[in-house]
Amino acid sequence: MAITIKFFASLREQVGKSEVQIELSDSLTVGEVWAQVCDNSPLPIHILMAVNKEYSKQDTRVQDGDEVAFFPPVTGG
Amino acid sequence: MDDAQLLRYSRQILLPQVGINAQERLLKSNVLIIGLGGLGSPVAMYLAAAGVGHLLLCDFDVVELSNLQRQIIHNTDDIGQSKVESARDSLFALNPLVKMTLLQQLDNDALAEQISQVDVVLDCTDNLPTRFAINQACVDTQTPLVSGAAIRMEGQISVFRQDQSDSPCYRCLYSNEDALKETCTQTGILAPIVGIIGSLQALEAMKLIMNVGKTLTGQLLLFDALNMEINTIKLLKNPNCPVCH
Repeated sequence: MAITIKFFASLREQVGKSEVQIELSDSLTVGEVWAQVCDNSPLPIHILMAVNKEYSKQDTRVQDGDEVAFFPPVTGG
Repeated sequence: MDDAQLLRYSRQILLPQVGINAQERLLKSNVLIIGLGGLGSPVAMYLAAAGVGHLLLCDFDVVELSNLQRQIIHNTDDIGQSKVESARDSLFALNPLVKMTLLQQLDNDALAEQISQVDVVLDCTDNLPTRFAINQACVDTQTPLVSGAAIRMEGQISVFRQDQSDSPCYRCLYSNEDALKETCTQTGILAPIVGIIGSLQALEAMKLIMNVGKTLTGQLLLFDALNMEINTIKLLKNPNCPVCH
């Protein structure tokens, strides 16, 4: 199955990519998807995420064709 | 409204979605702005200019030289003065018809007391503990909250309708208390970004008060200034939320 992964705002610079497509043989959680595209590093605790533009948690399971987006917290002002 | 008010607000009264009735709602409204910094500056100036009847301004800080790059409600002559007094002077010059109440730092009980008396709260603060306290008080009093944030080259804004039972709250979005402690003071911010997010907050607050259009309730808008991209994420109520469950 194929999924699209997007990195928003400053995460794009930190991770060094804005969008990647990957092929998966098994269904992964969002947290596992992060590890897959970020050199097996664990998903940092403060990063927020969405699946198909809907806020999700790192244990949400992705399906074929899903778009997974990671975005940084913003609390300044 | 007298003739001067009709003329002052005429360009928004002209809009078919606004008219006299929505303008009257603005004039009768009570709005609490927490934080008179980068976000609070455009929020307060637009809401005062548009004719919000009573603005409650809350900030414990004083104006510093390094604020002036982005906190456009304050002037060079205001350095050393309290932000709420400096803001009051600018807003009075802009629109002397607006009633203003100045508040210094509030403890949780005083915060809930003030919030229970307003139609909408604008969170323009710069740290997570204060944001959590504001959200808790808005949930407890079922008061709508317009929450904006900005840092570096990005911003976020959402509307939380605590007066509607199916609306998520700020804590459904930021569930982790140990999230990054970043402030514009330490991390940096490009000035127009707080201007854009603050202007969107003022807009959403006006729409809530006037009861027009569709707001960002249940939606989180992400603004990426570096790449000039806007994305919107749907937010859901967290059934395990410690605040609004």
